[in-house]
Amino acid sequence: MTTTRTGTDGGTTSRPRTFFGEFYASDVGKKWVMAVTGIVLLTYLFVHMLGNLKIYLGAEHLNTYAEWLRTILEPFMPRTAFLWLFRIVMLTAFVLHIHAAYVLTVHNWKARGWGSRPVRYHTPREYLAADYASRTMRWSGVIIFLFVVWHLLDLTIGSVNPDFIAGDVYHNVVASFSVLWISLFYIVANLLLGMHLYHGAWSLFQSLGWNNPRFNPWRRWFATAFAVIVVAGNVSFPIAVLTGIVG
Amino acid sequence: MITLESHVPDGPIQEKWTKHRFDIKLVNPANKRKFKIIVVGTGLAGASAAATFGELGYNVEVFTFHDSPRRAHSIAAQGGINAAKNYPNDGDSIFRLFYDTVKGGDYRSREANVYRLAEVSNEIIDQCVAQGVPFAREYGGLLANRSFGGALVSRTFYARGQTGQQLLLGAYQALLRQVHEGKVKLHTRKDVLDLVTHEGRAVGIVVRDLLTGELTSHSAHAVVLATGGYANVYYLSTNAMNSNATAIWRAHRRGAAFANPCFVQIHPTCIPQSEEFQSKLTLMSESLRNDGRIWVPKDPNDTRPPQQIPEEDRDYYLERRYPAFGNLVPRDVASRAAKQMIDEGRGVGPLKNGVYLDFSDAIARLGKQAIEERYGNLFEMYERITDENPYEVPMRIYPAPHYTMGGLWVDYDLQSTVPGLFVLGEANFSDHGANRLGASALMQGLADGYFVIPYTIGNYLAPMLGTQPLPTDHEAFVRTEADVMARIRHVLEVDGSRSAAWFHKELGKIMIQHVGMARSEEGLTEAISQIRALRDEFHRDMKVLGTNESFNQALANALRVWDFFELAELMAIDALHRRESCGGHFRLESQTEDGEALRDDEHFSYVAAWEFKDVGDWELHKEPLEFEYVALSQRSYK
Amino acid sequence: MDVTLKVWRQDGPDAPGRFETIQVPDVSEHMSLLEMLDVVNDRLTVAGEEPIAFDSDCREGICGMCGMMVNGHAHGPQQGTATCQLHMRKFKDGDTITIEPWRAEAFPVVRDLVVDRSPFDRIIEAGGYISVRTGAPRDANIQLVPKPAADWSMDAAACIGCGACVAACPNGAAQLFTAAKIAHLNLLPQGQPERWQRVEAMVDEMEKYFGSCTNHGECEEACPKSISLDFIALMNRDYIKAKFKNRRLAAQRG
Repeated sequence: MTTTRTGTDGGTTSRPRTFFGEFYASDVGKKWVMAVTGIVLLTYLFVHMLGNLKIYLGAEHLNTYAEWLRTILEPFMPRTAFLWLFRIVMLTAFVLHIHAAYVLTVHNWKARGWGSRPVRYHTPREYLAADYASRTMRWSGVIIFLFVVWHLLDLTIGSVNPDFIAGDVYHNVVASFSVLWISLFYIVANLLLGMHLYHGAWSLFQSLGWNNPRFNPWRRWFATAFAVIVVAGNVSFPIAVLTGIVG
Repeated sequence: MITLESHVPDGPIQEKWTKHRFDIKLVNPANKRKFKIIVVGTGLAGASAAATFGELGYNVEVFTFHDSPRRAHSIAAQGGINAAKNYPNDGDSIFRLFYDTVKGGDYRSREANVYRLAEVSNEIIDQCVAQGVPFAREYGGLLANRSFGGALVSRTFYARGQTGQQLLLGAYQALLRQVHEGKVKLHTRKDVLDLVTHEGRAVGIVVRDLLTGELTSHSAHAVVLATGGYANVYYLSTNAMNSNATAIWRAHRRGAAFANPCFVQIHPTCIPQSEEFQSKLTLMSESLRNDGRIWVPKDPNDTRPPQQIPEEDRDYYLERRYPAFGNLVPRDVASRAAKQMIDEGRGVGPLKNGVYLDFSDAIARLGKQAIEERYGNLFEMYERITDENPYEVPMRIYPAPHYTMGGLWVDYDLQSTVPGLFVLGEANFSDHGANRLGASALMQGLADGYFVIPYTIGNYLAPMLGTQPLPTDHEAFVRTEADVMARIRHVLEVDGSRSAAWFHKELGKIMIQHVGMARSEEGLTEAISQIRALRDEFHRDMKVLGTNESFNQALANALRVWDFFELAELMAIDALHRRESCGGHFRLESQTEDGEALRDDEHFSYVAAWEFKDVGDWELHKEPLEFEYVALSQRSYK
Repeated sequence: MDVTLKVWRQDGPDAPGRFETIQVPDVSEHMSLLEMLDVVNDRLTVAGEEPIAFDSDCREGICGMCGMMVNGHAHGPQQGTATCQLHMRKFKDGDTITIEPWRAEAFPVVRDLVVDRSPFDRIIEAGGYISVRTGAPRDANIQLVPKPAADWSMDAAACIGCGACVAACPNGAAQLFTAAKIAHLNLLPQGQPERWQRVEAMVDEMEKYFGSCTNHGECEEACPKSISLDFIALMNRDYIKAKFKNRRLAAQRG
């Protein structure tokens, strides 16, 4: 603790000088990256949910749709090339989103006290604005990550699916969701996803600096509606299978 | 033995400052960094001076007892800052601002200083706007003005009810820019406890680190004090808890004459005290008087709630007695009138210690929204403190000590009677005479800091080129440090039975009763003996726990209370000697038939500058005041 | 009324702290919380115990000196209020009032309830000003400032630098403080020449001490001046823009 000041050290930062590196080195930059990758992931989630609604039209519709995904941009590009490009983009967004979250979390924990010098409050805090969703972003995020890994193993790769047939999406989904605990896990994970979206889809406007009194009230509505629609769509699938509507 | 040379330049008043600036010795830009200047205090005057010195290239060290320069009490000024811009085209001019200020000060200020203040007032606004001070604007984008107590023109610039905050932040930011550039060295949480003099000149200061108790000496070519006023001598005042007189008082003991110590402004619009343990009084901006009407019930025994008292049973006493100015009479007049009402038993509120400030007419005329826009934050503050809603129930207000016009004596260059010691802002006595007009304190602080001292200090420094500041292991520093240590040891060793704060509170009661709004020979004589007795008791019976070598707020406070006790006596002595009424100083022996203040220009048209000999022993020096441009008249606001 | 005070005591920056329980009988509901502490301190002193150290100065909610965690709320339960303006009437007879200092890595405890908030000054030093020399400016009315812009700038400039935003933030972030100062200057025409370097320098300095924003909004609730979270969005926007901007074109309009 010093009480005498003579000039601020140099004024230059020791941060990396490449454009993205310098930008990403700052917390505000990382939040921007989280917001942008968040938009990519949100868009994907929405499209993914819409596409999967074809399950209600029957096996043929769904499987044809799945096959079409592998053939996009054919013959300009070889079969599944687009799919892989798309997967790389998604993976990059996912990795950046998680990396930024991780680094920021560590930084924030340090700012709140860390290791031998914890500076947490000794009496319970009473939160006024921070809701359950915003305070549990890190935990919902970790669980969603584990869920996504499992989800890929279950329905894309098939290694944990009780009865996986490559290419027969409809069959694989039904096979998986017929197992009660898998369905329950899927539902719980999606409810957590909903919370994550409820805060994230609002928060991204702040992080990007999209703030204007004219549309500010809509930001909360958008986030709420988005979270509800995506979760409702996703959760309907296991319920449909369990209740025999699909299968 | 001191001599009072005001060093006011010759020539017509309009040309004095211009001429003086030309005559001032300049320091070559390359040589400025060879001069070290110490600035004590980071309010409007201190921060603006330190920042400007830094910009000019001087080597500056600035000290504050706060944790950040931004906490200085200038931050609490609400109403606004005056300037003679005449933007509203209502007949204002530099001369009118000058004239109003001298008249408002009841002809007890130095004409040349006041004229200079009015002259630079316009530059202050330019400077602050350029710094990004968000002054109120009209819809066209131009600066907005409002009128303020004691003025018939709209010359006050404001930033909501937080003008002082915004101006201070501007100066603070300018200061930190210099700190960032390495031009200014900033010392926070450092209490300046003594001035060091050598061969009659100010050569440095002794400071105590409030965190560790460590005493250090700092030497410089010149020392600038900008430590604010001493209204906390009353304990209950509108000043911040830590505002104190220690730096100026210790400088006074080292040879700086103290001028007009009894000139204290008691501000009319404060929230009345509600209970015994109250720590301070909160000011409500004077701007409230623009739209609020002040009244008390005609019948002292009227116990009806204010809304139920019909018009004919109310006494709008200011409007009745001063039809021309009405509720906008100067502060001293409004305060004294309120005191009379309460002394007559017509006070309102549970303790019968307030008068009503009523907005119902203004709300009916302008609508609640307009009132909310103008005073919303003040109303909110009032409600928070009193739990009453001023949109529905009239506010209760009562005068409280607010500003001290007296201070260390300075000449036209703002130099005290100790060469090398300069005093700025409220800490000096120079511009407000016996009463300060609203929105003039901010103006003076910034005028001194931005536009006066950066020039005038050159006159003192230029001949010193080539000299080094005295080394801090010099005997003068060693001796002063030992003096300070002895004071600290004394405070810790008394181990009596009462806290210093308790003594401070008791001192305040004596001061407000006898050296407050109405003073008499009998009361002042009584006050002097009471102060002395209580001071002896303080030195015998105070209790300060802990050690010097720690963060010890009680110790820091006890040292300040010590100095308040000595200053209090001088205030009473000064008030006793001035057998006239002027401005904030009202002697019961000197009043007109209708109870207005009666000046005695024949005998008291001078600045009373007191030289310290010993505690209880001061020698009076007089600087005669001559008025060439303002015609002396009995102030009349009728 | 009578209350029980549970207050954090810590002898120095490196000393271990502890809670001390003090019975405070006979306090007036008209007192502010700090005046109640004054009374406690007077009683402690007379009883031969060292008083509780706490910062306060103006006691009218503008200097930003005071601040403590009262019952888990920064500046106590009343919104838009600094600790010095929190009155005992907001508590009930017999209540236990728990008081802790601000806590954040960047705000080490000095003693008891006093913390060191000097990183705030470092952030201002980095760029929280308009570089203008004394005496150089032109007439104040030459540059017009639209009223809504001046008003919004003033909303931001109302910040008192008390640190409640940091204290309340689950991440120990100082975004509201920094954003308010940036907005104050960046919203005004006078602030434009340094706009981009200001936001970069101040954000970079802030991140040396404080955590990052996860848009909880606790700071806005805790702020005694109710400064809006919108300013954080504005800061983020300006920071991103600053990174992309070709500064050599900064004098162009539009």
